[in-house]
Amino acid sequence: MTETHAASTAATYEQGDPGRASASGLPAIELAGVAKVFHSGSEVVTAVRAMDLQIVEGEFFSLLGPSGCGKTTTMRMIAGFEEPTSGTVYLHGRDVTGVPPNKRDVNMVFQSYALFPHMNVFDNVAFGLHRKGVAKDEIGRRVNEMLDIVGLTGRGQRRPRELSGGQQQRVALARALVNHPRALLLDEPLGALDLKLRQAMQVELKRIQREVGITFVYVTHDQNEALTMSDRIAVMNDGVIEHLASPREIYEHPATRFVAGFIGTSNVFNGTVARMAGDVAVLEMGASERILVPIGDRAVRAGDTLDVTVRPEKMDISTEQPSGDLCALRGTVTEVVYLGTSTNFSVTTSTGADIVVFQQNSATARDLADRGDSIWLSWQPQHSYPIG
Amino acid sequence: MEQPVLADHPGRVGSRRPRARFGKALAPYLLSLPAGLWLLILFLIPLVVMLSLSLQTCNNATGACVMTWHWGEFWQQLSLYHGQFLNSFYYAGAATIIDLLISFPIAYWIAFYGGNKKNFFLLMLLVPFFVSFIIRTVVWQFILSDQGIILGGLKNAHLLPQSFHVLATGYAVVAGLAYNYLPFTALPLYVAIERIDRRILDAAYDLYATKRDAFLRIILPLTVPGLFAAFLLTFIPQLGDYVNQQVLGGTSNTMIGTVIQNAFLVNLDYAGGSALSAILLAIALIGIFAYSRLLGSRAIEDFL
Ligand SMILES: Nc1ncnc2c1ncn2[C@@H]1O[C@H](COP(=O)(O)OP(=O)(O)O)[C@@H](O)[C@H]1O
Ligand SMILES: [Mg+2]
Repeated sequence: MTETHAASTAATYEQGDPGRASASGLPAIELAGVAKVFHSGSEVVTAVRAMDLQIVEGEFFSLLGPSGCGKTTTMRMIAGFEEPTSGTVYLHGRDVTGVPPNKRDVNMVFQSYALFPHMNVFDNVAFGLHRKGVAKDEIGRRVNEMLDIVGLTGRGQRRPRELSGGQQQRVALARALVNHPRALLLDEPLGALDLKLRQAMQVELKRIQREVGITFVYVTHDQNEALTMSDRIAVMNDGVIEHLASPREIYEHPATRFVAGFIGTSNVFNGTVARMAGDVAVLEMGASERILVPIGDRAVRAGDTLDVTVRPEKMDISTEQPSGDLCALRGTVTEVVYLGTSTNFSVTTSTGADIVVFQQNSATARDLADRGDSIWLSWQPQHSYPIG
Repeated sequence: MEQPVLADHPGRVGSRRPRARFGKALAPYLLSLPAGLWLLILFLIPLVVMLSLSLQTCNNATGACVMTWHWGEFWQQLSLYHGQFLNSFYYAGAATIIDLLISFPIAYWIAFYGGNKKNFFLLMLLVPFFVSFIIRTVVWQFILSDQGIILGGLKNAHLLPQSFHVLATGYAVVAGLAYNYLPFTALPLYVAIERIDRRILDAAYDLYATKRDAFLRIILPLTVPGLFAAFLLTFIPQLGDYVNQQVLGGTSNTMIGTVIQNAFLVNLDYAGGSALSAILLAIALIGIFAYSRLLGSRAIEDFL
């Protein structure tokens, strides 16, 4: 659930669909029941299945998912390179079925940059403006202004192959942004850069997006990138959006087992509900071992089985049995990895689940446990989250 | 056991290593030896022989030649046959332009719409050329003959006057040249077009380019190296061709290839034939240099 957007648009939009929102009343981009099926030879590949999605004007929206889950295909349908097999794409409320890419008011930054190799940087960036028939001196002004924004001042006469990967990336960005599109589509734009440069460019991209105020639709398979940059994230798996929410919501309350696993390291337990204590389900996992799960408005009864996720940094390790109303499990340490500011413990629980626990390193936390030690895991019930 | 041996012959170890290193340094030259010999025996030596022959004076009866440094031979031959030189340039030029115009759409279509049948279409393009060069040309003689399948039919239908003919004209020569050299134009063009990254075209369309913009500003400039290669591979051999003109042309449109062939095989004028060959070579080289200066090498460099 996307509380902020849903609340503000419930009035403007029929039935208050989650995620539908816009300052102007219309979403910048809307997919309604969009599906895409490819036929290659005798093989039939369903790249995107019945997708509903509304992207708000001015937001930084990410499509996150593993390779092959349909992110690029979704993007290409928005840009107009692919027509949906079924469903409709709306750009600012307008049905764009059959409208070719050169007539759509969105621009794309391609996964491979796709710069024109026979043109210098200036001509690459000026290409779209020339096609739109913008006056020559205005083209010069706007291109140079955009080269300033992306940090390529004075590089206009270079050829793409004379630039580093990061610089080519900036040219691709400038080439799209200079046209003032109503939305910018970025397909894994930082995928080819090394870690340091990628992190620098993440900050840079956020800055540029704030500066130009254009809707960004950002495709990535890197969960950290999506979490740090996005206003909202759609986590895709096998052509389906499994969870659409703010980064925090997705991280802390993943909607499905897949999302829990894909967004950072997450521990998943499976158990049977022994009894209900108000809106808290109690899972008895063994002698004095139990998991308490606040179930919110889910319909859960005693006897149901439940998947529960707990973030590694929310758990504590101790040698004595924890007291109080904590969740508690017994386990054996199988691996200890020292990581400077924290230590990473791999633990096999008495129920046989392999999980990971992060402990901050402080004077007292040192030498908590060694490989082979029997230990107790404990955490606050509010960090248990039911999924599925 | 080993140590005393090594001590007795300390030079053994030392002398082997430099030799190994020497061999390693030599390896690239050794590997290039076959190609080098090939060039020397089949290209460089004949070239030198030809150039030296053009400066010799030969006895027509005995065939014996003596070096006389007769530079006048070149001017003599040029003034005798400049008309045939011009014919060669006209016909080869026209045929090359026709080949480029025919090949481009074919290569473009196969590269962009050939799907997984690209190799099949390329093979189809080449199949006629598995037949001997001479036979193909003679077949064109049949096709273009005055009462042949095309002209005969049109004449019988009174669409053409009885006196109309194509054979023995420059048109027939150009048609034959264009036909026989088509693959040499189509294949390099195909390679160049096929190499264009489709994502670059997507980017152009995304940046508001029409189909026409994409063709003129992306596809055509990126095909320039291929056009250059196609031009060279077609025009240069056409320039020296002597079969098409003899089979399809007449006496009024002789090309320089025929003159050279006659000089060597009929008149046994080795000096004259060599001089003509040298002139043809020089003109071709100058042309290539001028051409590559203008757009060839710079454009080619950009895509390497
Ligand atoms: N043009 C195409 N023809 C056939 N299959 C395709 C085509 N484009 C994509 N696919 C298939 O669709 C699925 C989704 O691909 P894609 O959208 O590129 O995924 P992602 O960008 O998330 O890695 C993949 O299984 C891919 O093989
Ligand atoms: Mg992709």
